[in-house]
Amino acid sequence: MKTPENLKYAKTDEWVKLDGNVATIGISDYAQDQLSDIVFVEYNKDPGDTVIKDDTLATIESVKAAGDVNSPVSGKVIEVNEKLVDNPEFLNDDPYEKAWMLKVEISDMAEVEQLMSSDDYKKYCQERE
Amino acid sequence: MYIPHTPSERDEMLRVVGKSSLEDLFSNIPEKFRFPDLDLPEAVTEMEVEEQFSDLANANFACDELVCFLGAGVYDHYVPAAVDMLLRRGDFFTAYTPYQPEISQGTLQGIFEFQSLIANLTGMDVSNASHYDGATAAGEACLSAYHHFRGKRPRIILSGAVHPHYRETIHTYLCGFEDIEIIEAGMAEDPAYPQRLADMVDDQTALILVQYPDFLGRVFNFSELGQVAHEHGALMAVSANPISLGLLTPPSEFGADFVVGEGQPLGIPMNFGGPYLGFFATRDELIRKISGRLVGETVDSQEKRGYVLTLTAREQHIRREKATSNICTNQGLMALAATIYLSLLGKGGLRELAELCYHKSHYAAQQINQIPGYQVDSKHVFFNEFVVNCPNDPLQINEFLLNEGVLGGLPLGEYYPELKTQMLIAVTEKNSRESIDLLCELLKEAAND
Repeated sequence: MKTPENLKYAKTDEWVKLDGNVATIGISDYAQDQLSDIVFVEYNKDPGDTVIKDDTLATIESVKAAGDVNSPVSGKVIEVNEKLVDNPEFLNDDPYEKAWMLKVEISDMAEVEQLMSSDDYKKYCQERE
Repeated sequence: MYIPHTPSERDEMLRVVGKSSLEDLFSNIPEKFRFPDLDLPEAVTEMEVEEQFSDLANANFACDELVCFLGAGVYDHYVPAAVDMLLRRGDFFTAYTPYQPEISQGTLQGIFEFQSLIANLTGMDVSNASHYDGATAAGEACLSAYHHFRGKRPRIILSGAVHPHYRETIHTYLCGFEDIEIIEAGMAEDPAYPQRLADMVDDQTALILVQYPDFLGRVFNFSELGQVAHEHGALMAVSANPISLGLLTPPSEFGADFVVGEGQPLGIPMNFGGPYLGFFATRDELIRKISGRLVGETVDSQEKRGYVLTLTAREQHIRREKATSNICTNQGLMALAATIYLSLLGKGGLRELAELCYHKSHYAAQQINQIPGYQVDSKHVFFNEFVVNCPNDPLQINEFLLNEGVLGGLPLGEYYPELKTQMLIAVTEKNSRESIDLLCELLKEAAND
C-alpha cells in the first residue's frame, strides 16, 4: 500500500497535496482498496463553491459500497477533475496522480496542521487492518 | 403488543428530529384523523360478518356489469384470462423482494423483462422495477430531478393538464423538502398551451412535468417545450398512457428525460382503485438518480445468463441517506401482469389495440357531437379520451346513464371549476359500436330530461 511522503492525510482517508495555499485532494490507496472496484463518481461541489472542513465533496460508489469524500480543509473549490466522471477506474489505478479529485483554495492554513504525515497515516491504516 | 422502543429512546429520537412530543411529530396529520373515536359496533359472528361484507360488496357496480365510458387515468381494457392464470402461480404470487438472486431467478427475470418492455415502449434507455402507481412514479421523477441538480435548482413546474391527483400526490411527496418550490402552472385551458409553459422555465427550474395524452385527453407535441427546458439546463418529465404509446410518437423522441405513468391499462383490472402499477423510465445519464430498484442481466461464474439487483449501493438498505428515494417497494405482481399482458399482445397487437381505442373514441366523439346540445372539443388531437360540453349538469346526466347501466364520463367541474358543464369521456376496445350508439341515445334523452 502506497502512502507518498509528500502528502498529508485525513482520518477519513483523503490525501492533500499542498501548493502554496491550494490543496489538491484525492482518496488514498488504502481507501480505493477498501472500496474495491469503483464504478461511479459524483461531485457534490462545483468550482466556486465554498466548503467547510468535513463537508462532503464527492460521493464514490463501488460495486459494494458508496462512500463520501470529505473535505480535509475549508476554503473555496477552484477546480474539479471531471475526467473521473467518465473514468472512475482511475481511482483504483492511480489514486495519487491521475485520480486527483478537487483543488481547494485553503482559507485556514491551521487546518492543514491537523492532518497526518505519511508515516502516521501508514500506522493508522495498519491499526485498522 | 410489541413495543420496540422504550420511553427514553422515544424521547431521544424526538429530540434528534426536533419534535417536543409524539403529537408534535404527527402534527401534519389532520387532527380529526389522528386518534379517531372508533365507535365500534357490538361483536358479531364470522357468519354475520361475511353476510354484512357481502352486502357491502354487492352494493358496488363492477365494470363487467356496466358499459363503461369512465377513464381519467384508469381504463376499462380487456384483460386476457392468461394474465390472471399465470399471475396466480404460487411461484410468482408470494414472491417478495428478491435480495437473494440464488433463489429468485424467476422473479428477477420477470422484473428484467418488465423493464425491457417499458424501456422499449417509452423509447427510453432504462426502466426501473416499478412504483406503486402513476402518481407516485411522477413524484419519483420530481425527486430524481431534484437530486440530479443536488438541490441547486429548487423549482418544479407542474402543467395544469397533469392529472389533478398526481399533482396532489407530488405536493404530499415533496412536503418534507422545504427548499423545493412547486409551481402549479395551471393554464390547461389556455389556447397558447403548451407554448406558454415554456415561458415559465428558467435556470432555477429542475423539472417540468407534462402529461401525454394530457388529463383532458389531448395530444400535444412537446418538442419545443423539451428544447426550451434543455436550453435552460432543466429536465422534462412526461407522464404517459402506455396504451397510447402503441400508436403515438414515444416521448423519448421529443426530448423527455423521464417517462412515467400508470401501468394499470396494461392488463390490470380497475380493481375499485388499486393495486396499480407505476412505471418509470429515463436516460442512461440519469441512471444513478433512479429511485427504487433495478434488475440487471449478467453472467455467473459458469458464463450462464443470470439476473441480479444492480446499482443498489444507494438503496435504502445500504446508504439510506444517499438514496434518491426511500420507497424501494416495487409492484412486483402488477409489473408481472403488465409483462404478461404486453407479451401476449406483442408489438403488432399493441398497435392494433391502440388503433381500436383511437378509432372507436373518434367514432364516439363524432356521434356525440351530432346530438343537439352536446359539443365535443375538436380543436386538438386526442387518443381515446375527449371533453364533451353538456347541455345540463354532467352529474345529473351520469345519474341518468347509471340507471340504464351505463357508467358515464368524468364530470370535470370538481377539478376545473371553469369546466363545470364538461365531461371527460373515455373509449376503449371494450366499447362496441352498439354500446357507443346506446350512449348517444341515452345522452340525447338526458338532454331532454
